[in-house]
Amino acid sequence: MKILVCIKQVPDMESRFKPAADGLWFDETDLAWRMNEYDEYAVEQAVQLKEQLGKEPELTVLSIGSDRVVEAIKKALAMGADRATHIQDAAAQQKDPWQIASIITAYAKDKDFDLIFTGMQSQDRGSAQVGVLVAELLGIASATTVVDFSFADGVVSVKRELEGGIKGLVSLQTPALVTCQLGLNVPRYPTLPNIMKAKKKEIEAIAVDSLLSEQAIAPTAQVYAPVRKGGGIVLEGDVGDMVQNLLGILKEKTAVVV
Amino acid sequence: MKVLLVCEYREGKLLDTSYELVAFADTLGAEKVAVLVGDEAAVPQLDAPVYLADVALCGEYNPAVHKAAVLAAVEKEQPDYIVFSHSSYGWDLAPRVAVALKVGQVTEVVGIVDGDFEVGCCNAKMRRKVKPTTARAVLTLQAGAFAAVAPQAAPRVERLEVAIDGQGLTFVGYEAAEVKVVDLTKAEVIVTAGRGVGKKDNISLIADLAKAMGGELGASRPVVDAEWVEHSHQVGTTGQSVSPKLYVACGVSGAIQHLAGMKKSDFVVAINKDKDAPIGEMADVLVVADVLQFVPVLTAQLQG
Repeated sequence: MKILVCIKQVPDMESRFKPAADGLWFDETDLAWRMNEYDEYAVEQAVQLKEQLGKEPELTVLSIGSDRVVEAIKKALAMGADRATHIQDAAAQQKDPWQIASIITAYAKDKDFDLIFTGMQSQDRGSAQVGVLVAELLGIASATTVVDFSFADGVVSVKRELEGGIKGLVSLQTPALVTCQLGLNVPRYPTLPNIMKAKKKEIEAIAVDSLLSEQAIAPTAQVYAPVRKGGGIVLEGDVGDMVQNLLGILKEKTAVVV
Repeated sequence: MKVLLVCEYREGKLLDTSYELVAFADTLGAEKVAVLVGDEAAVPQLDAPVYLADVALCGEYNPAVHKAAVLAAVEKEQPDYIVFSHSSYGWDLAPRVAVALKVGQVTEVVGIVDGDFEVGCCNAKMRRKVKPTTARAVLTLQAGAFAAVAPQAAPRVERLEVAIDGQGLTFVGYEAAEVKVVDLTKAEVIVTAGRGVGKKDNISLIADLAKAMGGELGASRPVVDAEWVEHSHQVGTTGQSVSPKLYVACGVSGAIQHLAGMKKSDFVVAINKDKDAPIGEMADVLVVADVLQFVPVLTAQLQG
């Protein structure tokens, strides 16, 4: 069995963002980078499946981006992936979901993956398209927003998270792709021995040009900070003063605190 | 300009969010056409043609078949935009339609700015304008971004025949939401713990404040996923939608799904050390402070 997990490296969302000079993305200087949170659940689920099947499956992790994404790849290897493919692209942030999905499809199309895991979306762009696009381009079944996963006898059974706490139960014949929602599992922290072992694992590098033949069809026209609606009161400074201020405001504006 | 509205149906009912799609088309001043996989009794009330595929044959969730229904309506009407709600149904189906037509998709549109579609990025800390280059485009709309219109006239229903082939996917059924131990929808005061509280041990600080205010403890999704607080306390689209008189968000960054669940609150206080956190957009009072320092002092004052 062959398993592919697609991961993305994104900025820490606690960062302070500002537009890049060209206005087409955010400024990447001084940002801390990490694996997209949704993708951590994807990696964990793939590793759990590998463990369930007695280590037999080969688990490949793939990421597209500049050299810094190798850090995210190394984390996935330390979590338990067997090998990695780094599709080298210094301008990945300018590609739209259609191009990213086309690159992954060009890589995966002759490799007969039985299962592909992706996050349901990235934290920075949030397009929630790439996983489904890859499945459609490969002509395999897919389910999104998965919060429960099991596999037996070539059939994947998942629960999709719907609105208001309802779940949708779906089964998929392999080959199949699932996009992982937060809370699907508890992603493991890589242990030191596994981090050391991961250093010996293969990271294959492929130049993006050899896989990309598509133009963007939904390009970014501008990135900018939201307009602050204002009206809200901002309290800053000494904690004791702020508490007194807040209690005064609550007494005046609400009937709840007296 | 013509817009195809892909309406949504679940457990025998048309979802009200379908009328947000109508509002979006009205904002554009576009001609409307709708498509629904559902039944005759649940078609959207809309002075426009509605293409109806029979849910008894298609199933409520069957993306390959629903895609075929949408594509059949596109073929007949040649719309400029094909519009979905950004929901578990819409974000699942929209890319399938986009790739079949090979057209650009804009995900989770929050508004129209100078004729371009505006979406959030970086957890709503930034905005992005997206300009599809294809002749038509697929859009999903953020829940609540376009206020739903009231149902209108009876539509002109046209039946769609689609081939029933799940292509490797079988919908098994629904699992009902767990019974709510805590009903936040009736609470007058909710004090919510977010990821900013740091660890499970600190939840008691937030619970103490909730008690001192005579309110209920709420939780954001990351806090529930980390099992610091159990799910029945979760506020947001996948938890409970609340409308208290006072909502106090402690260390909640304000993901869109969370904001959607608490935006009907009368008065919102956010306590967050990040002045730029999206929750600030929704706050009547933003306290820029570490919740672990601020909350105990506030609780002590309230307890007198």
